[in-house]
Amino acid sequence: MIFGEQKPLEEVEEMIKDCKKILIAGCNTCVAICFAGGEKEVGILASALRMRAKMANREQEVIEQTVQRQCEWEFVDELKENVEKVEVVVSLACGAGVQAVAERFPRAFIFPGLNTTGIAITEEAGVWAERCLACGNCILDKTGGICPITRCSKGLLNGPCGGSQNGKCEISPDVPCAWQLIYDRLKVLGKLDLLDGIKPPKDWSTSQSGGPRKVVREDLKSSS
Amino acid sequence: MKSGSNLEKVLTSGQFAVTAELGPPKGADTEVVRRKVEILKGKVDAANITDCQTAVVRLSSIAAGVIMAQMGLEPVVQMTTRDRNRIAIQSDLLGASALGIKNLLCLTGDHPKFGNHPQAKGVFDLDSIQLIQMVKNMRDEKKFLNGEEMEVEPRFFIGAAENPFADPFEFRATRLAKKVMAGVDFIQTQIVYNTHKFAHWMEEIRKLRLHEKVFILAGVAPMKSVGMAKYMKNKVPGMDVPDEVVNRMEKAKEPRQEGIQICVDIINEVRKIEGIAGIHIMAVEWEEAVPEIVERAGLLPRPQGQ
Repeated sequence: MIFGEQKPLEEVEEMIKDCKKILIAGCNTCVAICFAGGEKEVGILASALRMRAKMANREQEVIEQTVQRQCEWEFVDELKENVEKVEVVVSLACGAGVQAVAERFPRAFIFPGLNTTGIAITEEAGVWAERCLACGNCILDKTGGICPITRCSKGLLNGPCGGSQNGKCEISPDVPCAWQLIYDRLKVLGKLDLLDGIKPPKDWSTSQSGGPRKVVREDLKSSS
Repeated sequence: MKSGSNLEKVLTSGQFAVTAELGPPKGADTEVVRRKVEILKGKVDAANITDCQTAVVRLSSIAAGVIMAQMGLEPVVQMTTRDRNRIAIQSDLLGASALGIKNLLCLTGDHPKFGNHPQAKGVFDLDSIQLIQMVKNMRDEKKFLNGEEMEVEPRFFIGAAENPFADPFEFRATRLAKKVMAGVDFIQTQIVYNTHKFAHWMEEIRKLRLHEKVFILAGVAPMKSVGMAKYMKNKVPGMDVPDEVVNRMEKAKEPRQEGIQICVDIINEVRKIEGIAGIHIMAVEWEEAVPEIVERAGLLPRPQGQ
């Protein structure tokens, strides 16, 4: 899933402080799973902003709406009525959701309420950790199902750097060394030979370095 | 000869090589470089110029290397993949070669997080092994990474680093084998304090017969104080400082002298290990210690007029 974190309340307040009427728009898919932008978080943020408005003697109305997915037109369109009523929309969706709303409503101001972090798994309750950088050319078959592009701080392809010690990455004792994980796993699998030979420089043109990416499936496009 | 550098000549002629390290200044003051060159000149066969070590912005390694070479001290220019993509690296390599640089040390580089611009975007387009391979292909095949040919190739004696004390230990020799396969000519190791573990690593290297394919220079560094010993032991990733070394520093009446003596003792110990072709003295910001270490280790005079 996409994960992210809500921006600090002060930052959101600064964006909207001069607006009379605001819509907080949530998304009930990825960002709801990481408790950042679902219906519940929309409610909490809206209440907090109402309280701050009151304390600052600002005349401000905050309304709320959460849709299933802010990245699909059919759900984005459900926001139409409320978007037309307000001066500003604060979207608690990921960056894609924020932009989908902006694209659908060209005359509305859309502000982000989240910092989108990446693609993650829920490691345990309350802990989300990045697992994929969406490089566009998956190599997990060669690395025991552990991604060095994402999980090695230097994205190395030919094994650990000299900063790997006691299973930890040089950047922090809280970060496991991806190559130690890969080594250990391949050892268990009896596949350490996968680490022999030189992995050539990665073709980054499939990543964002190649420009904004797009997948087109002609077979699924509407014929009209 | 691959590059015809002094370092290459010393090593290929079977003489025990000595290299040192020179940290360029955090500014455009060439006097700092010149002062350090004067200290090291004649005492070592070549000296590394670090490339923004620990991700701190410093005078460019190529520029400092050119100044050194003009003064008669052969540079080993360090090049990291942290700050440049494949386009910038290849361009800089052509430039370095055009300016007369003959030794190159290929590194991934310390993570920007450790440096003075932790907000920087780390590039890491290549890793050190891919860099070695690219430099070798430029030199031996006259080809850029994309396969295009060039008329005049950069000719470098290609070096790399290896840390025998990093994990997974069982993988370190394999990783060096990859560097050899990529085409590295010489290796400078991480600083050795744990000579026992280093000897164990060299055993693994010899099992793979890598010492016959690449010149291995053991890294050493004098410590100035017990504080530095403890810092290296506890805070520097990838360092292995045994308690015995910390204790020697703690008991010393003159810590700097003891630091130099420990360094000399380690040199004498690692010299005996089969497959060690030289030493690399990393006395960054304490270059003054190098002549004394080299002298006390019986490594003077250095081969002249190569």
